[in-house]
Amino acid sequence: MTVDADVVTLSRLQFALTALYHFLFVPLTLGLVWMLAIMESVYVMSRREVWKRMVRFWGVLFGINFAMGVATGITMEFQFGMNWAYYAHYVGDVFGTPLAIEGLMAFFLEGTLVGLFFMGWDRLSRVKHLLVTWFLALATSLSALWILIANAWMQHPVGAAFNPQTMRMEVTSFSEVFFNPVAQAKFVHTVSAGYVMGAMFVLSISAWYLLRGRNVDFAKRSMTVAASFGLAAALSVVVLGDESGYAISENQKMKMAAIEAMWETEPPPASFTLFGLPDVREHTTHYAVRVPWVMGLIGTRSIDTPIPGIADLVQDTKGRIHHGIQAYDAMLALRADRNDAQAKATLATYDEDLGYALLLKRSVDDPRKATAEDIQRAADSTIPNVPVLFWSFRVMVACGFYFIALFAFSFWLASKRRLDAKRWYLRLALCSLPLPWVAAELGWIVAEYGRQPWAIEGVLPTALGVSSITAGQVLTSLGGFVLFYTALAVIDAVLMVKFARKGPDGLGLWPPAEPAAEPVHSGHAA
Amino acid sequence: MFDYDTLRVIWWALLGALLIGFAIMDGFDFGLAALLRVLGHDDDERRVLLETIEPTWEGNQVWFILGGGAAFAAWPLLYATAFSGLYFALFVLLLAFILRPVGFNFRGKLHDPRWRTLWDTVLAASGVVVMVVSGVAFGNLFLGLPFQLDGDLRMSWHGGFFDLLKPYPLLCGVLSLAMLLAHGACWAAYRADHAIAARAVRIARATTVVYLVLYALAGVWLAYGVPAYALAGSAVAGEVSNPLYKEVVRGGHWFAGYLQHPAFWIAPAVALLGALGVLWRAGARGLSAFLASSLMLAGTILSAGLALFPFLLPSSLDPRSSLTVWDASSSRGTLLLMLGATVVFLPLIVLYTAWVYRVMRGRVTLAHVRNAHHHY
Repeated sequence: MTVDADVVTLSRLQFALTALYHFLFVPLTLGLVWMLAIMESVYVMSRREVWKRMVRFWGVLFGINFAMGVATGITMEFQFGMNWAYYAHYVGDVFGTPLAIEGLMAFFLEGTLVGLFFMGWDRLSRVKHLLVTWFLALATSLSALWILIANAWMQHPVGAAFNPQTMRMEVTSFSEVFFNPVAQAKFVHTVSAGYVMGAMFVLSISAWYLLRGRNVDFAKRSMTVAASFGLAAALSVVVLGDESGYAISENQKMKMAAIEAMWETEPPPASFTLFGLPDVREHTTHYAVRVPWVMGLIGTRSIDTPIPGIADLVQDTKGRIHHGIQAYDAMLALRADRNDAQAKATLATYDEDLGYALLLKRSVDDPRKATAEDIQRAADSTIPNVPVLFWSFRVMVACGFYFIALFAFSFWLASKRRLDAKRWYLRLALCSLPLPWVAAELGWIVAEYGRQPWAIEGVLPTALGVSSITAGQVLTSLGGFVLFYTALAVIDAVLMVKFARKGPDGLGLWPPAEPAAEPVHSGHAA
Repeated sequence: MFDYDTLRVIWWALLGALLIGFAIMDGFDFGLAALLRVLGHDDDERRVLLETIEPTWEGNQVWFILGGGAAFAAWPLLYATAFSGLYFALFVLLLAFILRPVGFNFRGKLHDPRWRTLWDTVLAASGVVVMVVSGVAFGNLFLGLPFQLDGDLRMSWHGGFFDLLKPYPLLCGVLSLAMLLAHGACWAAYRADHAIAARAVRIARATTVVYLVLYALAGVWLAYGVPAYALAGSAVAGEVSNPLYKEVVRGGHWFAGYLQHPAFWIAPAVALLGALGVLWRAGARGLSAFLASSLMLAGTILSAGLALFPFLLPSSLDPRSSLTVWDASSSRGTLLLMLGATVVFLPLIVLYTAWVYRVMRGRVTLAHVRNAHHHY
């Protein structure tokens, strides 16, 4: 059956909105929780009350954000079944496993410990509470690992093969799925981005206190932690982002070419286009400012390997579509007769290209009846949105370099104990607050919008992954999400700003009235 | 080691175990939230009630998330068909789940009584919605759902949200509500200040009586009023996971398995004993009534699952498309690996969950919430 184009568009829009929204909260959780772990470790080692107050105060903001991350995460898990049912069937055998293991290994631990982090202060010894915080931090990063293993499989589907009997992809090697090189590159890049966000959050809000002359000692210590942690994280996000760039040039040549607006294959080593206006119609980039050699070095780590341009990749795709049609034909023959030996052999030869035949389903019901124009159109459809990728990538990378500079400068000031000396610096730190979010969201766009038209690269086109539901159904849920999420965003922002403004002084956490006074709990029949 | 069909049965049992885990662990949070304004007469009392679940509700909710993830990995067709077919039901459920984390976290952040009333209402409503919708969805399984699979195993659905609101599933919805309210009330009686616990005991008893009547009614109705589905011929053991390779006939009754395997009767017996246990022990305001209500939940869900077996999701439109234990699972390799992961991690989960409950044990008193400093 053909798929309703409106359902596809609306389902994609819904996924993008809910994922981008979810991704506003998750990286902050990932980063902030480590800041809490570091601060609490210092508290336990030094026994100085200020560090505990820091954990308590930043913990309040962490809690608000954590709730939003959890709430919006549930949507992601439901959505694969609700809006992407055929996707769920087609790849559930492979894709579902890391999600389930994430629940078993990481999210359960995270969900169980987070309550104890907030409510367990008076019931646990210092060391036990510290362990809770550390395990909470470990669990959040582990959770990201498994989600990114699942996501990496969408970018680079290894360790699985199509089974014509069950009409789906099935696992052939779990170790290939789990140790997918793309997953490793993505994991370190993504969690580092989260660590940068956590550090920036603490740095900016502390800078605001210093500008106001409030909580000075508290804020300076917080900034020192943020500067050191942030510098390490910013260095790693850029260096390991390069690792991810290398990984995609190996596995997703089209995404790479689109990011670079590389319309034709250049003689190696290719130049890097620093600036330009990609023209989708003319397949050229106007006003391009190019830096020779750089792209070839980043993308291939050699000076003689060419990076294929878009035109050549489209030609390759046409060849794969032809092979895919043969695989499709063999698949139908096997459906009629499970024991057709010749069809089995054909499918075994071409099964890696089966997905390319499915690209034709947008224009024809039966890919075997596709005309040359259908094939050309399908091959052209594999070009992602070049200008969006080109610019998203550049802005993201620019942010990355800015973070290194800002945190390095902060680190230098902190080591000189001059964090509050320059007001322009404090203002700059405050104004930089939104940038990690900008970078993270653009990173998501590069990775996921750049994957189009595939849901699973080379295996399943996004358009075929949708559920057999009506556009009206998706529109209703989409409207519901927009309404709910907007309301929640307003409430979240109001609470965040309110508690950040109140600050440790306004919440009675600073300055400590008497040293290390443990609040006494009454009423619990322990 | 394990053959494919054994693994499938194990994963059927594990899916049931996760559902029961969700009902027991998250069910009392829902029941308690729904009773928030009934049991708690003022803000202090409601804070007592919330504080009994505040440290642990988040972990409890992961039972549900894990259930979804496990269904995705082990029963992809079930996950895909149920979630997309029951679209609006799932959407409503999802909204209820989204509102809970923010509700629990944000409620105490401001002192304005209107703010707190708003979140109390949201939490109570989300509790009622989850309890009723889950029951209605489960009840619909016995009637069969209007879907069909084509040769690509793409599912199409031929019904709307309101088609789900038939009398039998509605009965199951109310049954689920009564059962989980009783469970939530047992928790409140166990953990909340004695002033509130006294009210909770009355509610636990009353809802358990309602539950008993509805459970019996649902059983009789199922036996005499709901036509069943059955696999035609012998079971398709060892087959590939493609539902279209089998034949299904309508007719007979859902208690066929019970007649064949008398051991099945243990499940409803456990449910009944649990309910009697609640009536007997509720007055003690201890852990025992809560454990009894947990048995009641486990027995009820298991008895329904056993009646359906081997069906997971019967199709009323095209019975052949029905999803069963024998033809809707993942590949053998995936089931095996997931079993390994479960064997390692589920005991750990139980251990650290138990530890957290131990740390946070004890009755939450009114004096405590009135004196305590804010946790934020």
